[in-house]
Amino acid sequence: MSTGVAVDLENVWIKFGDFVAVREANVNIKGGDFFSFLGPSGCGKTTILRAISGFLDPSEGHVRIGGRDMAGIGPNKRPTALIFQNLALFPLMKIWENISFSMEVRGASAAERRKRADELLDMVALGGQGDKLPSELSGGQKQRVAIARALCANPDVLLLDEPLSALDLKLRQHMRTELREIQQRVGITFIYITHDQGEALTMSDNVAVMKAGVIDQIGSGKEIYDAPATPFVASFVGENNVFRGKIRSIDGTRATIETNRSGVLTAEITPAQRGKMAVGDAAMLFVRPEALTLAEGGTDTGNTISAKVVNEEFEGNTFSVFLEGDGAKPIKMSLPNTGQTRIAERGKPLTLHINPQTTVIMPAGELASD
Amino acid sequence: MKRKLIFADFFRNNGALMGSILIGLVAFWLIVLVILPQISMLDYSFRFNLPPAEQGGPKDVYTLSNYQHLIYGSDETHQSFNTIDLMVFLRTIVAAIMVTIFDIILCYPLAYFLGQARGMGMARLLVVLLIIPYWVNEILRAFALRIIFGDGGLINEALMLLHLTSEPIDFIRHDIALYAGLGYAYILLMLFPMYNVIESLDRNQIEAARDLGASWTRIHRRIVIPHAKPGIASGSTMVFMLSAGALATPQILGGPSSLWFTQLVYQWFNNSLNWQQGAAYAIVLLVATITIVMTIMKIFRVNMGDIGK
Ligand SMILES: Nc1ncnc2c1ncn2[C@@H]1O[C@H](COP(=O)(O)OP(=O)(O)O)[C@@H](O)[C@H]1O
Ligand SMILES: [Mg+2]
Repeated sequence: MSTGVAVDLENVWIKFGDFVAVREANVNIKGGDFFSFLGPSGCGKTTILRAISGFLDPSEGHVRIGGRDMAGIGPNKRPTALIFQNLALFPLMKIWENISFSMEVRGASAAERRKRADELLDMVALGGQGDKLPSELSGGQKQRVAIARALCANPDVLLLDEPLSALDLKLRQHMRTELREIQQRVGITFIYITHDQGEALTMSDNVAVMKAGVIDQIGSGKEIYDAPATPFVASFVGENNVFRGKIRSIDGTRATIETNRSGVLTAEITPAQRGKMAVGDAAMLFVRPEALTLAEGGTDTGNTISAKVVNEEFEGNTFSVFLEGDGAKPIKMSLPNTGQTRIAERGKPLTLHINPQTTVIMPAGELASD
Repeated sequence: MKRKLIFADFFRNNGALMGSILIGLVAFWLIVLVILPQISMLDYSFRFNLPPAEQGGPKDVYTLSNYQHLIYGSDETHQSFNTIDLMVFLRTIVAAIMVTIFDIILCYPLAYFLGQARGMGMARLLVVLLIIPYWVNEILRAFALRIIFGDGGLINEALMLLHLTSEPIDFIRHDIALYAGLGYAYILLMLFPMYNVIESLDRNQIEAARDLGASWTRIHRRIVIPHAKPGIASGSTMVFMLSAGALATPQILGGPSSLWFTQLVYQWFNNSLNWQQGAAYAIVLLVATITIVMTIMKIFRVNMGDIGK
C-alpha cells in the first residue's frame, strides 16, 4: 500500500479559448489528506480534477504530484486514478475484469487479476459478485466497483468527481462514511469534488471553496464554517443571516457596523480580512442561526436586534425559528431543544442577542444565492 | 418470459387496429415481395430448361442438374470439375470479403474520429466529400472511376509525374479498379452504422481506460471495438452481401478476362435464356453468402438482434 503523496497546484490557470475556467489556483494538498473541492455546479471543479489527472494541461502554472512536475505526462502515466461522475464502468466486461483492468494493462495473468479483484471485492463488501456484468448491479454496488477499480491501480492519489451525486439520500450518507473509512484504511490522498457542502464538511480534512473558477478559501471544515473568508463562502457553506451596512468603527479584530435595517452591531472581523477594512467601507455581517440567542428580559448588552416571530419548526434536536426583523428583514434562528414546548407564538416581538465571537464581519461582496 | 410479451406489448403500444394493420403490411411485404419470388426461383432451379411446349409435361420433373452444372460443367460423367465457373465463384466470394475488410479498415478510423473526436472539421468535410458523389448514379460513378483508373487517367498521370512508374499501370486488368469501385460503392453502408455505434460510446469509458493506464491500441481493442461490434457487423454484412451481388460495377470496372459470379447469373438469365440454370447459380450465391455471414457472426459472437441496433 502506498502512502499518500502531496499534490500541489501552483498558479494554475485553465482557459478554454477566451473563457477562464480556473483562475490562479494555488493549492497544497498534503499526502494522505482527504481534500475536497466544494463549489456550485459549473465553477470549474471537474476542470481542476482533469488537470490533476492529466486529461488537460493547465494554460499556465504547474501541477505537481509528489513534488514532480506533471507537465507532458499523460493520464495513463500519472499515479492518479479518477472515479468519474458517471462511474464509467466498462459495460461489456465482467465486474472482476473491470476491477482488474489496470492489471491487464500491465500484463498480469488472468489468475493474478482474478485473485486481486476478489480481494478488492471483499474489501468493498461485494464478495462473490465478480462474474456479474455492471448492468446487473445496483447504483451503490456500481459505486463500490468503481472505487475498487480505481484502487486496483494502486494510485498514490484517488480523484473522485461527485461520485455520490447519483445515489439516493440514504445510500449517499452511508457511502460518505464508507469512503472515509476506505481512505483511512488505504492511507492515500483523496481529492474529492462535490457541490454538497454537507458532504465536504463531514468527510474532508481540508476543503477548498470555489466560485466561478476562483478558489475563495482553503481550510478545515471548521475553519471554513467558523471563519469564512468571503461573503460567498459564508453564504455557500452552511446557513447564515446577512446584515449589510457600513463600518462605523474598528477596534483591533472587532468592528462595529451600522446596518441598513437592524441598527448598530459589533462582531469579529473574519481572520482573512483583518487589516483590509477601513471605516466607511461597505461591509457584511454574517450571523449563523445558532449564534442568535434570546436576550433575557432587561439584559440588553447593546448587540441585539429586534424581530417578530413568523413561524417555527421543530426539528428534534433544534427549533428553527423564522423571524422578521425591522424593515421586513427575514432572519433565521436555531435554538437547541432543552425541553421547552415552544419558543414563542406567532407575531411575538423578540430581542435577539448576537454572540460577537461566532459572528463575522467582512467587506461586502457577492453571495452564493445572488 | 420477456420474449413472449413482445407481441402483447406491440399491440398495447400501437392499438389493436393499428397493430394488426402494421403486422399485416409487414407480412404482405415479406410473403408477396420476398418469400414468394424466392420460392419460385428455388423451384426454377430444380427444373430442366424445357421449351414452353414441354413445360408441365411428363419431362418437367425435379432435377439437380442445374447445380451439378456449376460443379462439373456439361461433363455428364462428372469426371472433371467446372473449374472456370467455380473459380469465378470463389474469386467473387474472396474478393467480396477483401472489399469488406478494406472498407472496415478505411471506415473505422473515420467513424472513430467522427464519433468521438467531435469538432474534427476535417473528418466532417471528408464525409461530405464521400456523400456528394452518391448524388451521381451508380453507372456514371463506375465509368468515372474507369476514366480515373485508365491508362491516361488521373492516377496514372500522377504516378508518372512523380516518376513512381514509367509505364501506365493497367488498374483495370489487375482488378484494382474493380476492388476500389466496389469498396467505394458501399463505403457509406459501412461508415454510418459504425459511426452510429461509436458515437453512442460514452467518452468517459475511453478516458477511464486511459486513466487506468491503457495504451490507445488497448483502448480500441478492449473498449471501442467491442462496443462498435454490432455496427461493424451490420456494415460488413451489407457491404459483403452487396459486393458479392453487385453487377454494374464488375461489368464496367472488371478486367476483360475476369468475371464476377453475378455476371454468370446474368448471362444465364439474359443471354442463354436459361432461367433454371441462372436460378440455381443465384441460389448458390445466396446460400453461400448467408452461410458465410452467419459463420462469421458466430465466430465474432454477434447476435442477429444486435445488427438491427
Ligand atoms: N472542454 C471545454 N470547453 C469549453 N468550456 C468548458 C470545457 N470544459 C468545461 N468548460 C466550462 O468550464 C466551466 C467549468 O466546468 P466544470 O469544471 O465541468 O464545472 P463543475 O464545477 O460543475 O465540475 C463551465 O462553465 C464549463 O462550461
Ligand atoms: Mg463537474
